[in-house]
Amino acid sequence: MAMAGAEIIARIKAGLPDAEVTLTDLAGDDNHWAAHVVSAAFVGKPRVAQHKLVYAAIGADMGEALHALQLTTAVPN
Amino acid sequence: MSDTNARIAEIVNTNDVVLFMKGTPLFPQCGFSSRAVAILEHLGVPYQGVDVLQDMEIRSGIKAYSDWPTIPQLYVKGEFVGGSDIMMEMYEAGELQDLMAQSGLTPTS
Repeated sequence: MAMAGAEIIARIKAGLPDAEVTLTDLAGDDNHWAAHVVSAAFVGKPRVAQHKLVYAAIGADMGEALHALQLTTAVPN
Repeated sequence: MSDTNARIAEIVNTNDVVLFMKGTPLFPQCGFSSRAVAILEHLGVPYQGVDVLQDMEIRSGIKAYSDWPTIPQLYVKGEFVGGSDIMMEMYEAGELQDLMAQSGLTPTS
């Protein structure tokens, strides 16, 4: 089962309330996504730790129901 | 589980560069793994590909070992570097090239 885009955004925002999430449907199939996440929670953290925060927000479905998520992270300007 | 951890530790500590991936470097079975292979090929450093589709213990074990939910996963000198998105960001910033150079891993011509 795939995860709908609205659900991905909702979970990321639940875990990272200040997050700005830009979600792109890469294949137009509601199943392959690119997310760009901007959050102050990333400040001072290496990329691996930033991505882990997003994965943790998505929860156990990451890598399972949601297997195709291209992810980039950034801190607010 | 601990046996799997020991196997993974053995793999990442006896190979300078290891890519846990779906498929093989010649025949990647997923777009993310394909992208990771392309980056490593572009860098020109020798690496060991581990096809997790051929080994269910490694496939689930590596996610716990790295505390990282997706595949591919890159290890350099026993250290987890990241997945394909982080590899791409590091490559574009020149950081992956620096990491390889600092690790004494020179490209093969």
